[in-house]
Order: sequence, then structure tokens, then C-alpha cells
Amino acid sequence: MKLLFAIDMFGEYILLLKKVFSKPEKRRVYLQQTIKEIDKLGLQSIGIVTIISVFMGAVITLQTAYNMENPFIPNYLIGLGTRDSMLLEFSSTIIGLILAGKVGSNIASEIGTMKVTEQIDALEIMGINSASFLILPKIIATILFNPFLTVLSMIVGIAGGWLVGVFTGVVSTQEYIDGVQYAFIPYYITYSLIKTVVFAFLITTISAFYGYRVQGGSLEVGRASTQAVVMSSIFILLFNLILTQLLLS
Amino acid sequence: MITVKNLNKSFDGRLVLEGINATFEKGKTNLIIGQSGSGKTVLLKCIVGLHEVDSGEIYYNDTRFDNLNFRDRKKIRQKIGMLFQGSALFDSATVEENVMFPLDMFTTMSHEEKLDRVNFCLNRVNIINSNHLYPAEISGGMKKRVAIARAIALNPEFLFCDEPNSGLDPKTAVVIDQLIKEITEEFNITTIINTHDMNSVMGIGDKVIFIHNGKKWWEGSKENILDSDNKELNDFVFSTELTRKIKGL
Repeated sequence: MKLLFAIDMFGEYILLLKKVFSKPEKRRVYLQQTIKEIDKLGLQSIGIVTIISVFMGAVITLQTAYNMENPFIPNYLIGLGTRDSMLLEFSSTIIGLILAGKVGSNIASEIGTMKVTEQIDALEIMGINSASFLILPKIIATILFNPFLTVLSMIVGIAGGWLVGVFTGVVSTQEYIDGVQYAFIPYYITYSLIKTVVFAFLITTISAFYGYRVQGGSLEVGRASTQAVVMSSIFILLFNLILTQLLLS
Repeated sequence: MITVKNLNKSFDGRLVLEGINATFEKGKTNLIIGQSGSGKTVLLKCIVGLHEVDSGEIYYNDTRFDNLNFRDRKKIRQKIGMLFQGSALFDSATVEENVMFPLDMFTTMSHEEKLDRVNFCLNRVNIINSNHLYPAEISGGMKKRVAIARAIALNPEFLFCDEPNSGLDPKTAVVIDQLIKEITEEFNITTIINTHDMNSVMGIGDKVIFIHNGKKWWEGSKENILDSDNKELNDFVFSTELTRKIKGL
């Protein structure tokens, strides 16, 4: 029974995507919408991404130092550990999960509220493909902007690690910089950005899907918002596993 | 003119509308009345295509609407204006942006031309100096008037109003009713109003259709209601003790 429900939901999701990826009514209006969404979903996430990344980088540095008390292990490996942790996992996956909470709930509640207050019906009555008009600009905005957030997270996270490492005296500036530069594999950034784009698509479409199928009132909007965050997070973790196997093995 | 022929609609096997036949005339305010749950909102949503009918035919002038695909419906929908029960104004847009929205989507007018049209529509519904306010900053009556302005922005041939007076005080309700009637006559629109407000029925009901238990139970004008001996209609229209005494029931 649950399997049938899941298949049914997946079918609905695919049908919604089919509606979303249809020819826009007026490209100029869609472009304006996309710019608004970049501001709302991207630029307004810079603060939270920065704060979380600084602290993540700092904690990774301290934890790595704490686990490397052996005098035969060089201190520069602290910088290397922080760099690789940020590049491979934290800046894409953890930031993805954070954005699933912030952006995902925002999208689900916005579209859900529009549904229950008949704003989506109003769009349909005007002859506008509401799914495409509301969701496509959000997908484009997050796919374009989330890679910038990821790169920002990498830079700020590594800087946060250096700041705390030097401040607490667990590593010197020179050792940390040496570690950050040591055995650097540029492909790690590509891998991270590919994951970010996939996560951006998942967060936006899954959240929009839950918002779009809301029926009822404010209680259902809240429920849809929660479901959107939970399901986006689960799919981020699932695709993290799949993409890691595909891209790094 | 809109014609409905033998329309049937059910939800989960429960018949909500049964064999509805009706003609809604041009330049007149056509009212659909009935108790809550009688099926009048479903009928309105079937006519505008928000619900698909099980069987039956819907004609806009001579064009059959119910069997058209989304693209062909779009052409007719651009001739439709709709006033929703809760106004359905876009929360994130100002009064001016709400009224300008259909012009942005479906015309090639310059910004100045669009602004002129927006101001004309807002003036027509007596909204002055409120262009830059958001829906949350205006009263319920003003929201309805802005929604009417948005509905007439593209010079519609057909105007649909779902419970236009709900949530309004009696005086504002009369203002909205009169506004709809004036616009209907001035622009020669086919207007369909869904209501259970008896003041509206007696005030602007050029043609009245009474829906009872999903069936068309009675049809006539507001003058005919006073002479009708239809029990269900009289029970609905003259529901208070005072009105029953006046009617002589």
C-alpha cells in the first residue's frame, strides 16, 4: 500500500515537472521572476551560509588537531583535513541540508499559501501555466546561484579554520596554508559543484511539489512545509551517496 | 454568452452536479444561488475549467470549451476575468503590480500605456492613491475592488465572481454589487456571480439560477422570485421569519 502511494507520488512529481518545463508564456517576465528568486533564495542565504561555514571550518580544524597529537604527524595536515572536509562534503552536502530547511520551507509555504488562497487558480484562469511560472524561475535561480554559495562556503570555511587554528595555537599560519595547498585535487571542486547543482534541483522541485499539492488551510501548509524539508533532506543524502559512488569511485 | 448543456460532475463517485442546463446572457448579471454545499462553486469552477466535467458541454459563444486542450483554452481564458472569494491578489505584489500583471503577460504595451490602463481600471473601481500598497495593507472591500480592476484589465468578455460579498459589511457589499453591475453593462460582459447573499439577488439579479442538491431547481429573474411558489427556493430565499411574513408564507 505504501509502495503504491510512493509510486503515485512519484508519478505526480514527474507530471508536475513536465508542466514546469514547458515553453514560458513571456520570457521577459520569467527573467524578471528569476532575478527576484535569485535575490530571495540565493542572496538572502549568504548570511546563514557564511555563519555556518565559518563555524564548520573552525570545528573541523579543532577536531582534526585534537585527533593528531602524535608528534610524527605534521601539523600542516590540519589544513589539509579542513580543506578536504569542506570541499568534499561540508560545503555541498551540509549546506545543501541547511538550504533544504531554509529555502525548501520557504518555497513549500509560499506555493502552498498561494494554492489555498486561490492565487494559483487566479493564474490558471488568466491562461498562465502556474506550475511553470512559479517553479521554473526558482529552479533556474537555485541552480545558478547555489554553486556560488558552495564556493563561498569553501572559502569562508577554510578561512574560519585558519582563524580558530591560529587563535587557539593548534597550528601556525604557514603550516595551515601549506596544508591547504598540499596535494590539491581540483576535481574535488567540480565534484562538489555537480552535487550542489543536483541538490539545488532536488530542494526546489521537491519543495515546490509539496507546496503545489496542498489542499485545505494553514495547517496543511505547515504540514507540507515540514514534509518538503524532510523529503528534500532524505533525497539529498540519497543522491549524495549515489553521486559520490559515480563521481569518486 | 455562455451555454452549459447537461453538465455532470462527481468527486470520488459522489455526484455533485447532475444534468445542469443553463444559458448565461451577455450584458447581464447572471446569478447562481444556492445553499452552501449545493454545488454552485463546483459549477462555476467547471465553467471556467478549474474542474474537468464528467460529461456535458460548455460553450463560450459558439466555441466548445470543455474538450479543448490547455493551449486552446488559453485563448479563451485571456477573455475571462475572475473575482475570487478571497480576492486572490498576489501577496508579494503591490496593487499596481497586481493589476498590471495580466497586461505584462499578454500585451505588448509600453510601460506608460500599461500604467495608464492600470490607473484607468483602478479609478473605475474607485481606488485612488493606493498603487504602491500591498494587499496586506488594504481593507477587504478594497481588495475586492482591486481584484475587479485586475479582472477587467484585459477588457474581458466574460466575468466570473465567486461570492463577491463574502466577508464584507452590508454597505460595502452593495457597493461591490453595483460596481459589478455597472461594469457588466458598461463593457457588455457576460457576468456570472456565485452568491448566497439575498441583497445581491434582489439588487442585481438580472437572471437567477437556483441550484439545489446539485440540480438546477429553478430559473428566473429577481422579480420572478417574489411570485414563485417553488418550495425549496422560497425556503432558501425567505429563510428568516420577517421575510417569510412579507412573502406571506
